[in-house]
Amino acid sequence: MKSSVITFPGSNCDRDMDVALKKFGFNNIMVWHNDSELPKSDLVVLPGGFSYGDYLRCGSMASKSKIMQSVINFAKTGGLVMGICNGFQILVETGLVPGVLLRNKYLEFICKNVFVKLNNKDNAYFKNLNKDVLEFHIAHNEGNYFCTNDQLKEIKDNNQIAIYYCNSEGNIDDQYNPNGSIKNIAGIFNKQKNVLGMMPHPERMIDQSLSGEDGSLFFKNLINNIK
Amino acid sequence: MQVNEKIAIDHGLKADEYKRICELLKRTPNLTELGIFSAMWNEHCSYKSSRLHLKKLPTKGNKVIQGPGENAGVIDIKDGDAIVFKIESHNHPSFIEPYQGAATGVGGIMRDVFTMGARPIANLNSIHFGSPQHKKTKNLLRGVVHGIGGYGNCMGVPTIAGQTSFDSSYNGNILVNAMTLGLVKRNKIFYSKAAGLNKPVIYVGSKTGRDGIHGASMASASFDEKIEEKKPTVQVGDPFTEKLLLEACLELMAGDSIISIQDMGAAGLTSSSIEMASKGNLGIELNLDKVPCRESKMTPYEIMLSESQERMLIVLENGKENLAKKIFDKWNLDFAIIGKTTNTKNIELFFKNEKVASIPVNTLVENAPIYDRKWKKSKLPKKNKIKKDILNKFKTKDVLIKILANQNICSKEWIWQQYDHTVMGDTIQKPGGDSGVVRVHGTNKAVAASVDSSAVYCWSHPLTGGKQVVAESWRNLISVGAKPIAITNCLNFGSPENEDNMGEFVECVEGISEASKYLDFPVVSGNVSFYNQTKDVGIKPTPSIGGVGLLEDYKKMVSMDFKENDNLVLVVGKTEGHIDQSLFSRTILDEKNGPPPEVNLFNEKNNGETLLKLINQNYIESAHDVSLGGLLTAISKMCIKGNKGIKLKKPKHSLSDIEYFFGEDQGRYIIEINPMNLNEVTQILEKNSVHYEELGIIIEKEMILYDKTKVVIDELKSINTNWLKNYMS
Repeated sequence: MKSSVITFPGSNCDRDMDVALKKFGFNNIMVWHNDSELPKSDLVVLPGGFSYGDYLRCGSMASKSKIMQSVINFAKTGGLVMGICNGFQILVETGLVPGVLLRNKYLEFICKNVFVKLNNKDNAYFKNLNKDVLEFHIAHNEGNYFCTNDQLKEIKDNNQIAIYYCNSEGNIDDQYNPNGSIKNIAGIFNKQKNVLGMMPHPERMIDQSLSGEDGSLFFKNLINNIK
Repeated sequence: MQVNEKIAIDHGLKADEYKRICELLKRTPNLTELGIFSAMWNEHCSYKSSRLHLKKLPTKGNKVIQGPGENAGVIDIKDGDAIVFKIESHNHPSFIEPYQGAATGVGGIMRDVFTMGARPIANLNSIHFGSPQHKKTKNLLRGVVHGIGGYGNCMGVPTIAGQTSFDSSYNGNILVNAMTLGLVKRNKIFYSKAAGLNKPVIYVGSKTGRDGIHGASMASASFDEKIEEKKPTVQVGDPFTEKLLLEACLELMAGDSIISIQDMGAAGLTSSSIEMASKGNLGIELNLDKVPCRESKMTPYEIMLSESQERMLIVLENGKENLAKKIFDKWNLDFAIIGKTTNTKNIELFFKNEKVASIPVNTLVENAPIYDRKWKKSKLPKKNKIKKDILNKFKTKDVLIKILANQNICSKEWIWQQYDHTVMGDTIQKPGGDSGVVRVHGTNKAVAASVDSSAVYCWSHPLTGGKQVVAESWRNLISVGAKPIAITNCLNFGSPENEDNMGEFVECVEGISEASKYLDFPVVSGNVSFYNQTKDVGIKPTPSIGGVGLLEDYKKMVSMDFKENDNLVLVVGKTEGHIDQSLFSRTILDEKNGPPPEVNLFNEKNNGETLLKLINQNYIESAHDVSLGGLLTAISKMCIKGNKGIKLKKPKHSLSDIEYFFGEDQGRYIIEINPMNLNEVTQILEKNSVHYEELGIIIEKEMILYDKTKVVIDELKSINTNWLKNYMS
């Protein structure tokens, strides 16, 4: 299985994602933001970090990078595109997924483990996962997902919500919402469910010595689903 | 402008120093030259008051690749790998403008590390604020934490450990010390020594602006009521550019184009160019018209003294200019050939076809003043005789609750949750433990690091305090299973011109030196920050020690959380009930006199090395060193972290409960072992003449004291975590 991780100026989880993808069997290639051609890929990942320093609006500069036109075309033809953290912010800026990501509710960067509940398993990312609640890790300053009521209705009608923040039992409640996201949304799909944007970092949970191993479950399942 | 003595004094020079400059030059310097002298001869850059004493520090050892004198120290961690590390202060800027001050402190120390070819793999910090009741404290704390996070998070380097304290002596002068560790192959280390004639001198990174002009001079002066006027001397950080600079430099370093490289830190272009020339025994010629400037009409004086961030100076091999330029173009960074190395041994500056400065390099470096300042020796304070019946009036449980809620003991989660501590995917011990631990990427090894200081002990008796901080750093590394290798120190003191403050400095350095010699824990890098005072009052002497150790097999790492019911808990090291200068004495009895606990280096070494043996033989389930707050505080933290309780036995001693539980005797650790291993463990301890006592047994979520008092761990946990959260909300 071939994957591509795009490196933007200021990306800083690109290496971590490369390590994770390779660990679970992907043949991964790092792609420079200024390239125009995407290598042949089964999965494209927009990694976390601070592309362009997040100085304008998180993700907005990167969404206009040269490579992004190929990524958008790839997504529009059904290719799997996953944006993690800053990658999610880039995805919303391209319009591939709806909504925006605001500054965290308490105006502070937050780095900790969280639980997320899977909402929709009918897609390449979560199909066949035998767990409904995963322990993931977040590290962000702008993860407060927001959209209009109309958008929210549409997202719900199309079953586009991928994961919710919850507790270890899978209860979705405001007290488990780390950043103020509307309806505890931690990640969403596009309509076709081939594009996934999410704030948590599964690539930081791939080894029992790290924060946990639910990232391993996620990647193992992902590569099996793509095969 | 004609330079005279008054202008020199306005630059922070003393009258006799100005006289000496004129003698060395055999003429009056022009303004640019004067600016250069003032930048090179100030305390921050020249170490003129500290140098004589710093010589006493042990800096060599079989693991030391590079000691003090370079951008950072370097130690060997086997298999051709090396760790580059250093700690540095950014105190004054952080007090004036906490966000930018702290952010650029973090940026500066990371640059020191990647200048040497190492990719930063971990950040740490030691931050000290005034009393929580002081009107500035909350905003300063918030600003500093946001600044440290803002820079480190954007760089994608995990912040893995740190230390925070509150003390009214920092009310008018907070401390922000930042430390970075980097990983490098030992045959790919880069140094700042220039070599060869007519080699191109390259400027890369951000453009030069008017920010931070005379920052280093500000760091060498004390604060007064005009401090707000100093805001323009605080640099502004741009972590995004630094991230690009890091990647571009490492890309260039992968080849063989660089002869020497130096980051532009304090005193910017001035100190970087002069250091390179001085170390290479060369001259350097710079054409200031070529320096990329952010603002128009910058003068040579401003260009030379700007402390704009994220800039590097490189001496390249001839013919490598295009290759290097390509890399910096790719990363969208400025690249300019601004001069060359010469054989004149002078620094010569040209601007608009005119020579605007010419100074022999040695006058700026070797001939910089060195002072043997007057200092006062401190006596060991007399022990307080606190009557037993006074101590017996206190209930252990009540004291414990007060101590766990104390600002200097409480959980600092509110702080470290704002730092990305997991990026790079190798953090195996997060903040909140005894040391932060990161794996050496792609290997079975891991590096542990801790940063410590004990200003109260240093204030009470500097010699003992100096020793204690080194010993505590050593213990924090041992507690996670790492073999301590070397330290970096950040020496934060008041004015060297004040005999008491200078005495504190001299004796703390002596204490550090004694302990690091004994423990074979050499000092490989560091920084001195004097003039931490407001008007005439200095801070409590606060040397921060950053210790680094190695775990050859990261799977043997130990953490402090209690693991399993029915396991036994022991204390290693002798408990003698030293209560003077303890947190209990100072905060609950309000007794500020008395000596700090004695540091017995033989016991420190022996206890630590024996515990390390036990860890390597997999006998230890959890471990934690006993420090501030004493035995019961340490046990409680292990309960809280592990979500476990403990049933304590009645101890065999004649001490009062308060002395036993809250005394701060040194050289102690709490360990958890499986009862099956009790015989083996005690045999090893006895064979090595290590004192130990059995404390109790691990149970579910409750602490039961021997008098049957019960304390619910969840209650202790919320007391411990809530103080800071409530304070900041």
